[in-house]
Amino acid sequence: MSDVIANVAEALAEGSARIVDLTHTLDPDFPVIILPPEFGQCARFRMEEVSAYDHRGPAWKWHKLTLNEHTGTHFDAPSHWVSGKDVPNGDVDEIDPSVFVGPVVVIDCSAGAAEDVDFELTPDVILAWEAEHGEIPADAWVLMRTDWSKRSGAQYLNMAEDGPHSPGPTPDAIRLLLERDIRGFGTETVGTDAGQGSHYVPPYPAHYLLHGAGKFGLQCLCNLDQLPAIGALLIAPPLKIKGGTGSPTRVLAMVNT
Amino acid sequence: MTTPLTLPPKKDPQKRTKVPVLPPVARGRAALGLGVMAAQGRFGLQVCSECAAIQYPPRDACVKCMSEDLAWQDVDPTGKVMAETTIRVSPEPYFRERMPWRMGAVQLAVGPTLNCHLHGEIGRGDAVRMALKLDKAGQGVLIALPLKGSDVMQDDPVLRAMSCDPKHRRILISDARAPMALALTQAMLSAGAAHVFLGEPEAWLSWPERAELEGMENVSIMPLDVTDVSSVAKLAAEIGGKVDILINTASYVRVGGIMDNDTSFASNSFEVNALGLMRLAQGFGRAMSGRVQDGINSAAAFVNILSVRALSPDANYGAFGASQAAARSISQSLRAEFQSSGMRMMNVYIGPIEGDAWFQPLPPPKVTPNAIARSVVSGLVDGLEEVTCGDIARDVYARWQADALLLEREMTGGGS
Amino acid sequence: MTRLPYDGVVLTAPVSVPYERYTNESAHWWIARALREALKKASVTPQELDGLSVSSFTLAPDTPVGLTQHFGISPRWLDTVPMGGASGVAAMRRAARAVQCGDVDVVACVAGDTNRIDSFRNLLSAFSRFSMDATFPYGFGGPNASFALLQDAYCHTYGATREDFGKIAVSQRANALHNPHAIMKKPLSLAQYMAGRMISDPISLFDCVMPCAGSEAFVMMREEMAVAKGLPYARISATIERTNAFPDDPMQLRGGWVVDIEELWDMAGHGPDAIDVLQTYDDYPVICMMQFEDLGFCAKGEGAEFVRRHDLTIGGGFPHNTSGGQLSVGQAGAAGGYLGLVEAIRQVTCTAGPTQVEGAKRAAVSGFGVINYDRGLCSAAAVIEGVNR
Repeated sequence: MSDVIANVAEALAEGSARIVDLTHTLDPDFPVIILPPEFGQCARFRMEEVSAYDHRGPAWKWHKLTLNEHTGTHFDAPSHWVSGKDVPNGDVDEIDPSVFVGPVVVIDCSAGAAEDVDFELTPDVILAWEAEHGEIPADAWVLMRTDWSKRSGAQYLNMAEDGPHSPGPTPDAIRLLLERDIRGFGTETVGTDAGQGSHYVPPYPAHYLLHGAGKFGLQCLCNLDQLPAIGALLIAPPLKIKGGTGSPTRVLAMVNT
Repeated sequence: MTTPLTLPPKKDPQKRTKVPVLPPVARGRAALGLGVMAAQGRFGLQVCSECAAIQYPPRDACVKCMSEDLAWQDVDPTGKVMAETTIRVSPEPYFRERMPWRMGAVQLAVGPTLNCHLHGEIGRGDAVRMALKLDKAGQGVLIALPLKGSDVMQDDPVLRAMSCDPKHRRILISDARAPMALALTQAMLSAGAAHVFLGEPEAWLSWPERAELEGMENVSIMPLDVTDVSSVAKLAAEIGGKVDILINTASYVRVGGIMDNDTSFASNSFEVNALGLMRLAQGFGRAMSGRVQDGINSAAAFVNILSVRALSPDANYGAFGASQAAARSISQSLRAEFQSSGMRMMNVYIGPIEGDAWFQPLPPPKVTPNAIARSVVSGLVDGLEEVTCGDIARDVYARWQADALLLEREMTGGGS
Repeated sequence: MTRLPYDGVVLTAPVSVPYERYTNESAHWWIARALREALKKASVTPQELDGLSVSSFTLAPDTPVGLTQHFGISPRWLDTVPMGGASGVAAMRRAARAVQCGDVDVVACVAGDTNRIDSFRNLLSAFSRFSMDATFPYGFGGPNASFALLQDAYCHTYGATREDFGKIAVSQRANALHNPHAIMKKPLSLAQYMAGRMISDPISLFDCVMPCAGSEAFVMMREEMAVAKGLPYARISATIERTNAFPDDPMQLRGGWVVDIEELWDMAGHGPDAIDVLQTYDDYPVICMMQFEDLGFCAKGEGAEFVRRHDLTIGGGFPHNTSGGQLSVGQAGAAGGYLGLVEAIRQVTCTAGPTQVEGAKRAAVSGFGVINYDRGLCSAAAVIEGVNR
């Protein structure tokens, strides 16, 4: 085993493998998911100075952060959703850390999303992908590439009077992924579900079905266009928060160059 | 007789900004009552509860019967100027910078003779109405005003120094999405404001009035989120040197009491309503305090729009009320901190706003955005510190002043 | 009840310590100088001094009690008179009764103040609660503004002109040129007065006194002691004082003398016509004019006409403020309330030297003081008569 690790390290050092950062910068202006206002809201990222080499601490600078578990690029644990509340080891601190590093496949929906903001990831899209790349392997991360991360500000949430419009998976697509026994599902949008995902049956199928099955979610990813369809390694360890339902996460991918 | 103020030219960058100096600030305890009256725009003096004699200067025992039971009451403000002088020499730096300075003696129709400032449109022999105003030291002072002034009487330099008139001033409204932001913008421009900046939090969310505001002349929409210290600092760095009046409209309301409410809502309430004001003060307060004597478009006032529930909560809005009480407390501390510069801190107390979804199930009366805008403008013009807008706010404020403990019982126990 | 005459007590040893515009010395220093010189002049040792009356605005944090330890004296009678421009006459009438009744043998009456840079502003700021609350916030013109209002109302009511006030100031300057210790040493013409810049309209430059440091004193003793020591002295014919007269007058157009003036002349046994020299309190000429009226030298409202008809200089028909008064000598705080009385003692004892009015036997002295809010609250007057001339 030590040879394998040495090989990985050597590949990274010599440049035959490289790390792609799939994480947005945590920034007060980065949008968070918007729910009807009578519901509790996702705290936006806030950072206040505790000291900055000054009278509050002469030799050091540090900040106090305020944020939600689901602010910025983040990891969803099964306990995030009602369907996953009874999943064993469903909180971030309980999850076997081995799942934080693993294989990842990328389904490129960027062309569709460019044409249709409500583009749906359907079983057909998945089957078409599999026709090209082979069946999605069990226990792999599946990322839906939409290039949505290239949007910013109002374009990112894309709110209209009938709610946000952004691409996402249909319930059947999620069911198919569960048949493949994936490890988790990730997107570039603010959630793993489509902007209009509340109108599916069940509502928010990615959250509902995935977490009910003990699977994980990743959202607000970026740079998916730098990943191969297959063959990359995903590194996505959430903070070890007691009873946590998710965590802002530095998500990395290792790819062959 | 009053020379109309014109929009000042751009500032000469070689000239040092005048450091604020204050008129005499020391007062005896009884005289502080003048400021209490002035802060509310009332003209009142001590009146003996036993013999009804009207007292001036403020004192501790009746001038006619020596009763110590003297109560502040509104009195007839009309009088006549008995004598006047134009002071050209004073050892006091504030007045030295403003020489010559007119003052006079006015005998009130109800009796006492008052030494007072004179408005430029009146002089010896004239019938006048007296007003109590807060001067730059924050103390209540008397000024004799014409019974019917000219259209530009507000431009009188003595009166203007006691007012926070928006005319020719630059305004920052902290939250453009607030229900009264559009009405306030229109009212400020009508009152002669040179420019209105509007802070826009969460630019990634659309809002209906944006288009209308965007199209208005002398209006700029700028990114500002009072919950984000970096956003406040960024805007302060950009326009902090030219904000003359800051109106904090940011407000976060959620329904719910204490036991069954969510502390994350409560926390948001405090973040916006209380700490937001604090962040604005940290971002803009110092620069504004330094510009209180910067000519015609000098910095003048911080305005905080508060729910009257800051004084006594409605338990159905428990966390909101708590955050409003905290905001009021911050206002008061800020007022004390502004004292040394002459910056005014004006609290505008309002009731539930017409059209605000969070107050939708409450019965009338409600206060309209236009009424709030009118109150803010008139409060600034009159140089007030405490303003109530709408029937509910006036009613609660009056009852709170009369007996805060009784008000609390009335809120829960009826009392019909 | 008929008031007792001031039989058997006399005024002696008038002392004026030359004034200075600014000084670093304390009020204690100025008071000590006047006191020491008065005792020396009266041939009284500090051990013999058993009564002391002090008036000062700038002794803080001390009171006259502290002065006793400071000076090493042990008086059995100690008084402090905070009546500003009325302090001299008021101190005198209190001391006179104490000596007359035997409570004390010798009283030194002394007034003095210091004047440092900016101390006048500080003194004003803490002058009174009403002025702090209700006068100074309105332009902080100090007494100039208060008297400007008074003069504005007075002129409007009675028709006095600036020239009339100018004549008072110009006459006093003429007198002051005879007084080597006057701060003002240049002649003043009416044209110069009229050209004086406005300070607080209608008060102009030469209507105002110069705040300075200085002290004044005299000694009160029993007549037989003065005779034994061979001192020139004066008797007290009559005195009055009044505080807060006419509180319902909307503007002060008359002073408290009006209440008591008949009593003054009754007690003196003669009228104003018998007066050889008049010392009024003169922080502004308008208040001199008011005293001419209220002391009975002319009727109310006729002060201006009275001034026009009389020569107010040392050699004139109505010698007034013969030392030059505060207007030309300077205003040394509470000593301003003594200046007229001390000069009057010199005049009637024929010891005034260069300012001496020929044949002066009777003098009237009046004081006025303490603009607590909008008017002077204290007024006092006395008639004194020289003996052994």
